[in-house]
Amino acid sequence: MSPAHGLPRWADLLLLPVVCLAVALAAAGTVVALVGQDPLEVMLVLVSGALGSPRGISYTLYYATTFIFTGLAVSVAFHGGLFNIGGEGQAILGGLGTGLAALWLSPSLPAWLMLPIMLVAGALFGMAWAAIPAYLQAYRGSHVVITTIMFNFIASSLLVYLLVHQLRPAGTMAVESRAFAESARLPSMRDALGWLGLDWPTSPLNLSLLLALLACWLVYLFLWRTRAGYHLRVVGASPAAARYAGIGPQRQVMLAMAISGALAGLVGMNEIAGVSGRLLLEFVSGAGFTGIAVALMGRNHPLGIVFASVLFGALFQGGAEVAFEVRGFSRNMVVMLQGFIVLFSGAMVYVIAPALAWLLARLAAMGRRRHAAPAAGAEHG
Amino acid sequence: MDEALWGALLASTLRMATPLILCALAGLLAERSGVIDLGLEGKMLFAAFAAGAAGAVYGSTAVAVALAIGVATGLSWLHGLACVSYRGDQVVSGVATNIIAAGLTVVLGMAWFAQGGQTPAVSAAVRISPLMPDLADWVQGIAIIGPVLGPGLLGHDALVYLAFAMVPAVWWLLFRTRFGLRLRAVGENPQMVDAAGVSVTGLRYAALTMNGILCGLAGSYLVLAQSASFSQNMTAGRGFMALAAMIFGRWHPVKALWACLLFGFLDSVAIRLQGVSIAGLGEVPVQLIQALPYVLTVVLLAGFIGSAVAPQALGRPYGKES
Repeated sequence: MSPAHGLPRWADLLLLPVVCLAVALAAAGTVVALVGQDPLEVMLVLVSGALGSPRGISYTLYYATTFIFTGLAVSVAFHGGLFNIGGEGQAILGGLGTGLAALWLSPSLPAWLMLPIMLVAGALFGMAWAAIPAYLQAYRGSHVVITTIMFNFIASSLLVYLLVHQLRPAGTMAVESRAFAESARLPSMRDALGWLGLDWPTSPLNLSLLLALLACWLVYLFLWRTRAGYHLRVVGASPAAARYAGIGPQRQVMLAMAISGALAGLVGMNEIAGVSGRLLLEFVSGAGFTGIAVALMGRNHPLGIVFASVLFGALFQGGAEVAFEVRGFSRNMVVMLQGFIVLFSGAMVYVIAPALAWLLARLAAMGRRRHAAPAAGAEHG
Repeated sequence: MDEALWGALLASTLRMATPLILCALAGLLAERSGVIDLGLEGKMLFAAFAAGAAGAVYGSTAVAVALAIGVATGLSWLHGLACVSYRGDQVVSGVATNIIAAGLTVVLGMAWFAQGGQTPAVSAAVRISPLMPDLADWVQGIAIIGPVLGPGLLGHDALVYLAFAMVPAVWWLLFRTRFGLRLRAVGENPQMVDAAGVSVTGLRYAALTMNGILCGLAGSYLVLAQSASFSQNMTAGRGFMALAAMIFGRWHPVKALWACLLFGFLDSVAIRLQGVSIAGLGEVPVQLIQALPYVLTVVLLAGFIGSAVAPQALGRPYGKES
């Protein structure tokens, strides 16, 4: 996904994402100005809402946790040369797995046994939901982009059906399952830090943040430190070269999508086990698509994904504050910005990168000239 | 009574199918020229917003439809700029279109109309009304077939008939004209078209322009005919369903029409069965019917019912040197 644009490596890894983000922010700022708001004021409210208080930071990190999972999911598939648009559906299924395990076992199992089971169930459900499109791509030649889109819709229908017809307790209006027993609740960060004697504000932030960071580290180790990960990246970079090297692309497609689906499936740990404590309808609400933006911004590297997730977490949290404080403003501004980021750092990167390369070359030439001029002057003097 | 029910079901099938047909044809034109279009949903949504906003502000159907078409075509060109001119990733660009449309329509709606992202209802004069109500009423009086034919087939507005007329029109354009031959060739083998001295870029932009016009009509239909105002995310996945119908119709306009009718029928049945209990079966799981179009498409793609072969050069950006 990152061919050479004629940019030096540092610029490709650091400058390009920043420039793309700046262009997207400028586009969003233009819209904000067009609808009669002050972009600077909005930005200030947004930043202070997201990062200005421990509570704001806590919410930002809570959103970021979900985005790390979906961003990693998209990027592992990217490394295998696949575009997994099904993060949304895989996250729904993962949450369903987590939730069903909790509903079934939480009354009888202690937390130290219950939580790992929920984790594994979530990962397995997400993995299974990704494995079907992967199989169809690898062995039946149907394109994973289309099938994962279809699977998103099927997943959301399935969740609605199960909640409305099967899991909703009789006589309740809200479309949600009954609450899990206490053993299925992932401790909140406030509780966890409280055990260490630290004070932390109440927020949905929970221990799945640590799980997400662990997942980043494991994905890094897998992709860049294991033979299997190397094979997967070779298939992604050049399927033909992989075939010459004796790496079967089909198995790699299955592997990439399985890992991708499992990672997306962990969203349920943050949203279901960590926050709601019951299965409900809208716990993913677009996070699968945000994962695409996160992976593009983070250049498909786990570390980049952490940064991009915190950025998006801050945007979502800050956006909520802005919607609260600035009249006529909605959180959809953040959705729009997310769209611009996908557009500029994904689709339009071929427009921006050559322009940036040209600019850098000009700057370098100017620098050389300025450097050369005094030296020449010294000779004469 | 039974005839009336069939008439109503037929009518709502055609109504549901109309935006699907327009969008499926739009997607078909783009994909036949080798450009993946995942942005159907976003373009239709933005066009619907444009139609709703312009209809409410200017009070003119023509202006509303023209702006809807303009906005959708603009988005198509943006897609073209990113993916045809600059060889960016077509899937990413389509996803971006959808996300931007979902966010921006609400932002603009809230800022301009302050109704929580909705546009004010357009007046009755702006709405597109049934084309031949008198004929429909007269036919309805005929015994037995009247109640089916009258409201079912004849009681629709011009956009519905236009959508159906577009099917043979697109078929003719693609399979009976020189332009259509070139358009299909550019989706299969752009090198060949280029070697013959025809502009690959020009053909793909032409396809995207027609794609935008059709998406604009689909969006206009949602606001000016189906409901009187734009509301948040009102396309509700119809763009993706149209994409599914296009694939289910194997990139052929007539087959895509049948797929749209089938999906439209499933949609109307699902609405009708909401909360209905059938003796012996209990409440019908509507979600199952709603998921059926996607399930069927996946089954088709898996090669279990016939096979779906996409245009050869689909998704591959074209540059002379490669």
